[in-house]
Amino acid sequence: MPPHTFKVNGRPVTVEVEDDVRLLWVLRDLLKINGPKYGCGINVCKACTSHINGRAFNPCSVPVGQIRPTDEITTIEGLPDTVGADLHPMQEAWIDRDVPQCGYCQPGQIMAAVDLVKKVQAEGGSVTDDDIDEIRNMCACGTYARIREAIKQGAENM
Amino acid sequence: MPAKHRTAPRPSRRPVANKSSAGAPGGMQRRRFLGYLIAAPTLAVGVKLTADGVLEAQALPSPTPEVSEVYDLSDLLLDSTRPTANLITIVVNEDGTVSFSIPRAESGQGITTTAAMLIAEEMGIDVSDVNVTLADARPELLFNQQTQGSASVISIYTPVRVAAALARGQLVEAAATILGDEAENLRTTGGRVLSTAGSSVPFAELAAAAANSVTREAITELKPVDEFEVIGTPQRRDDVLAAVTGRKKYTMDLDVPEALPTMIARPPTIKGTVESVDNLAEVKGMPGVTDVVEISTDAEPGRGTTSSAVAVRARTFGQCIDAVNALDITWGGGNVDDESDATILEQLRAADAPANLPSPGPLDEAGGVLPLVTEPATGALDGVGAVETIDQEFVFYWRSNAAMEPNVAIADVRDGEAEIWTPSQIPIVTQSQIAQVLGMTPGQVTVHVPRGGGAFGRRLFSDVALDAARVSQEIGKPVRLMWHRADECRAGRVHPMCISRVRASFSGSEVVSFEQRHTSVATDYTESFGDMITSQAAKLPFANELTLSQTVFLLTASVPYDLGAIALGYNEIFDFDRFATGSVRNLNNQDFRPAQELMVDQLAARIGEDPMEFRLERVEDERAKACLETVRDEGDWGRDLPEGVAQGVVVHNEYKGSVAVLVEVDTRTATAEREIAGATTGPRVTKVTVAVDVGLPINPLGLKAQMEGGVMTGIAHVFTGSLHLRDGNFLEGSWDDYRYTRHWNAPPEIDVIVMPPSGDRPGGAGELAVGAATAAVACAYARAVGEMPTSFPIGHTKDVPFEVKPVVPPLPPSPVDGLTAYPTPSAAGPAFNPAS
Repeated sequence: MPPHTFKVNGRPVTVEVEDDVRLLWVLRDLLKINGPKYGCGINVCKACTSHINGRAFNPCSVPVGQIRPTDEITTIEGLPDTVGADLHPMQEAWIDRDVPQCGYCQPGQIMAAVDLVKKVQAEGGSVTDDDIDEIRNMCACGTYARIREAIKQGAENM
Repeated sequence: MPAKHRTAPRPSRRPVANKSSAGAPGGMQRRRFLGYLIAAPTLAVGVKLTADGVLEAQALPSPTPEVSEVYDLSDLLLDSTRPTANLITIVVNEDGTVSFSIPRAESGQGITTTAAMLIAEEMGIDVSDVNVTLADARPELLFNQQTQGSASVISIYTPVRVAAALARGQLVEAAATILGDEAENLRTTGGRVLSTAGSSVPFAELAAAAANSVTREAITELKPVDEFEVIGTPQRRDDVLAAVTGRKKYTMDLDVPEALPTMIARPPTIKGTVESVDNLAEVKGMPGVTDVVEISTDAEPGRGTTSSAVAVRARTFGQCIDAVNALDITWGGGNVDDESDATILEQLRAADAPANLPSPGPLDEAGGVLPLVTEPATGALDGVGAVETIDQEFVFYWRSNAAMEPNVAIADVRDGEAEIWTPSQIPIVTQSQIAQVLGMTPGQVTVHVPRGGGAFGRRLFSDVALDAARVSQEIGKPVRLMWHRADECRAGRVHPMCISRVRASFSGSEVVSFEQRHTSVATDYTESFGDMITSQAAKLPFANELTLSQTVFLLTASVPYDLGAIALGYNEIFDFDRFATGSVRNLNNQDFRPAQELMVDQLAARIGEDPMEFRLERVEDERAKACLETVRDEGDWGRDLPEGVAQGVVVHNEYKGSVAVLVEVDTRTATAEREIAGATTGPRVTKVTVAVDVGLPINPLGLKAQMEGGVMTGIAHVFTGSLHLRDGNFLEGSWDDYRYTRHWNAPPEIDVIVMPPSGDRPGGAGELAVGAATAAVACAYARAVGEMPTSFPIGHTKDVPFEVKPVVPPLPPSPVDGLTAYPTPSAAGPAFNPAS
């Protein structure tokens, strides 16, 4: 089994596993980083949404062999560190709006929201309802209304 | 805006009421409740979790004779020496916090937060200092460890407060000595006992002093409703911080040593069987794989249909998926291989009349008229005048109602013992079924209940726990078993396909009669509904499961309006376990009520009345009427809307509550044809106004969340959320195929109004909004397009807007393009409009 070295949440890690095992299972089953959730395994529900080099991606659909030693993976556990605080503004907005019900999809929702806001802000805009409409992250409890409010609120502090 | 998490209750001036039951009971004018002070190192109190009437000190419970069927004599004898064994207990810890282990599932509905609020209210402590955990399966609680029917708040409301009141009384008595004041003068707030002079002592210093060395009965009184300071205030979820930081532990996140990932290769058709595995050695040698084993997947041990599958245990779930797909299995037939949507519809239409209504007359069938009971009158009735009749059939296709967290269980079956972790809604039944399939006694099986990632009735069945237990026993190793999403769609419990037939008669502006007959593929209530005795009785030879389903129907079906003579009926086709069905969120009412409300709109139109006015005139319950009036005013009923946009409104009573839902649906092309890659867009619900009355609302913030969730589910029910049955299996194989409401479908505007308390007891909320929202959206859509839909979801028969995933091999492989494909999914096609 080839060793794979990369950074997760600011920490260098090395795991020995076959190249084709998707990163989600490397994170969850081998590194015991459980924030990214399994919901479909085929990149449609987005429950595992995390960041690679600051951009959102879905580790369920990336073989670990594609991850380079210089790549920096950020999961929900590492999100606060990206802003040097105990909580990211998006997490604070999520708490303020009491968004979660079961909570299972929320790490992915937050990681997707942060990516969306960073993208529109980089383009000089601010997040709109149309932008939020295009987020693909599934929520079976139906927390969409509060997510919508929380994204707008979190964006104000990003 | 939600209030701050911490509340600072004003100090209660309620006198201390705890008295040992041996002492003279004073003050008979108020209700007094019985509990127990429990011998423990720190203060511990308990109450029986039972109907609050029998908690009253004057009416002690006696054992129920039927209990013996599920709880045998030896258990009873053992427990008769332990009078406090069946109590729910509250413990005051040395650090002054309070712990309570609740015999309920927490899957997002918020019952742990509610319980913490009840305790905080009664004791005078911050909500955040109350730690509520989920109890393991406790068979001695008998029927009192089920999470279903929106009944949790209703059932714990009094017992939990009684326990908290007892604890508070003990703390105050212990403090009296320290503070040198009479107990009657002391009050509690913020986790401290305060004297009139202003000195105080924290609970932490009293926890040991208030402890009891012997267990004994005690009585107490409850805080009056008009002194509530926590109940009725918005409180955030107790686990919100853990949820948004990824620290919340779901079953698959638990650290159970050696419990390696395990997945299952399931048959290509529903309830199929394994005939042979033709490359076992090869798959066992695949990377990471430790075990491959055939197991029974019989979900009804001891009776019913059988099925089997092959389980794979490996180092990672990814390697499980690869190995499952590499298996060369010769499959036997399934249980329903010849059935498709069309054959089911035929059989539903041909089904016999329900037992509780007379058989249909031959005239009905011969004329192609609906086989209903009331005569399709065309002439004039005595004293009524000319009568007109509207007949309509509605079809509701299969629904999944799967949660985001799939079916999960960890099992360690070794050395004659079984330890299970699974977010069961019925842990006692799970424990008993696992014991049965493993050949153990329930005492050898421990069932832990982690917090669940959604439940919606799906976790009222033990399927996954049985899978895990069977695999672990077979291979003698712990397993961490997860259903793949494809299993959720194809082998998961479904809400059965059904039809609702309605005949409404009216004369002038008067509705003369309203008949609604519901016919469904059999729903499996055996594990969930009623109580365990009913469940066991239903499985006895010659038992008639129809009775159970009809009972459930009759307990939940209602017509909230005066519609003349009302006749309701329910019948089923098939045995209860032909399909894997279950009681999903809001049971029959997610279909029964939409059919009914669409007909109410038809009646209003034919009579020439406004839908809102028609309902307001005929709604029978005063609380329901107030909810209707509220949404009329707050939702601006009747406002000017462009062509293609319309409102719909309904009201619904259930779970000791009422809810009115007013929605606006936009069906204009610019909205319905929105292009979002791979999205089912279509008509959109743009504005929602909900008014909800649950009697006494405990946590308005959580109550609103339940209403919002119910609305999102109702939207899916009307437009997109269904399973297509084709030749013995469902076509859907994942999310995106099964089209639950997504961000692009969610209403941009939703307003939930919690009505002021209308009573002194809480009602249920978890399911309350689902049927009502489904009906309101359907009614609004019908008005917007000028044509009443009669088949749901409306897109079901239009197209199958996804590439059907193979059933052999059973699991869709994970893509490899995740670094380049975000945010577009690998398989995204053009947008689909279910209304087109």
